[in-house]
Amino acid sequence: MEENNTQNSSLVTIRNLSFAREQRVIFDNASLDIQHGKITAIMGPSGSGKTTLLKLIGGQLSQSQGSIVVDGQHINQLNRSELYALRKKMGMLFQSGALLTDLNVFDNVAYPIREHTALPESIIRTLVLMKLQAVGLRGARQLYPNELSGGMARRVALARAIALDPMMIMYDEPFTGQDPISMGVLVKLIKTLNDSVGLTSIIVSHDVEETAAIADYIYIMSSGKIIGQGTPQELQQSKSEWVQQFMNGKPDGPVKFHYSSDNYFDDL
Amino acid sequence: MITFLSTIGHSVIVTLTKTGRGALFLKQTLTCTLSVLCQPRLISKQLFSVGVLTILIITISGLFVGMVLGLQGYYILSDFGAEETLGVMIAASLVRELGPVVSALLFAGRAGSSLTAEIGLMKATEQLSGMEMMAVDPIQRIVCPRFLAGCFSMPLLAAIFSMVGILGGQLVGVTLLGVDEGAFWSQMQSSIDFYDDILNGVIKSLVFGFVVTWISLFEGYDAIPTSEGVSRATTRTVVYSSFAILGMDFILTALMFGDI
Repeated sequence: MEENNTQNSSLVTIRNLSFAREQRVIFDNASLDIQHGKITAIMGPSGSGKTTLLKLIGGQLSQSQGSIVVDGQHINQLNRSELYALRKKMGMLFQSGALLTDLNVFDNVAYPIREHTALPESIIRTLVLMKLQAVGLRGARQLYPNELSGGMARRVALARAIALDPMMIMYDEPFTGQDPISMGVLVKLIKTLNDSVGLTSIIVSHDVEETAAIADYIYIMSSGKIIGQGTPQELQQSKSEWVQQFMNGKPDGPVKFHYSSDNYFDDL
Repeated sequence: MITFLSTIGHSVIVTLTKTGRGALFLKQTLTCTLSVLCQPRLISKQLFSVGVLTILIITISGLFVGMVLGLQGYYILSDFGAEETLGVMIAASLVRELGPVVSALLFAGRAGSSLTAEIGLMKATEQLSGMEMMAVDPIQRIVCPRFLAGCFSMPLLAAIFSMVGILGGQLVGVTLLGVDEGAFWSQMQSSIDFYDDILNGVIKSLVFGFVVTWISLFEGYDAIPTSEGVSRATTRTVVYSSFAILGMDFILTALMFGDI
């Protein structure tokens, strides 16, 4: 009964997910739920498959086993037009921003609106300026991506991701490589957008402090499995050595400092 | 021995897999053709970057190739007292062979490599993934307009190359070396056949444009999304395109002009 309730309030339900690239197993029977209207963080060390998980949810990759259900639809059972219809309800903020370099800020944000609606240009202008105002870059509308700082590019990408008022946004490493001010701005924006518009947010990150500050629920991944989950407070108090090592950034622990190798003295 | 055989087997599998991906890529591109043709604005922008920006290198190269043909042709033909047929020789060489082939090689180096690098970098900077996640098909919006622009541009560029080449030949043959101008043009006019020479040259350049643009776009789309991957893909574009142009030129020439 409780499990049913959990599933009903989930926007994304992943069950027994397995995925491998050539010989390397990325996910091994992983299950998780993304709740409606919440900020869910997927955390784990680099190379643990966090970005791959977002691509699987977005249907850019197909799992070898298990199921991914987004808004009641099994992702790998959708045909192309159904998948594209579902993607219109998802936004994704890429690590690099993924802005189209031949378009300026305004046209980048207007791009999905122009592609998917037949709105007159005057309304598109109003919508774009509203989105840019939300991320604080209305004054930068004429700039091109190569004229933006990393933080600004990510904010423009965020404005583009919310252009079609999606039900869910996936953030791929939103804080990586940001200066403290840009990071603070992004943290605030993600939280504000989630709360004010009622979005469902999935943040993939390994920036523990920033992510834990805004996440409602956190999954910690390693070696293709979920090795810890809970609210940020629950994870801070977790007894798991692995979770403790990750949450507190300890250099040695279950994840060894040294890459697997022969005896040091034998090797010298 | 087993290692050797397994290496060969692996290479064959990799090559066949890549060929299959290339064929599927072409099929997807061709499927979008009709809808892209209905949006000429998408193609016109690409016609500029793929076609118009290539005109300069085509024009200059055509001029020099024509001038060299004029010089070489004059020295050989004058041994037989047949200088007046210089116009025919230049025009036939250019329209049948050098126009389509050399302009296609230049096109591969200038526009093809640029297409590969552009698409490869769009992939490396996640712009293509970004479009997919915005429910916009990158094959339709990015690849197909460039493909059509390449196919439209190539015959026109080859025509410009041949035309400028003939003018270059005339400059050297008639203006500098003193071949009779009337004979130069009239012999050319009477000997060059529209269907056998010009149309066959146009068909060749259409085929080369199709193949070079396909290779360029596929190599970019299939590139490993790193700076080294894009660099290698760009190199492969020029190498594969050059082989494809020269190999197909032999086949097409044999079919059009030979008795094979």
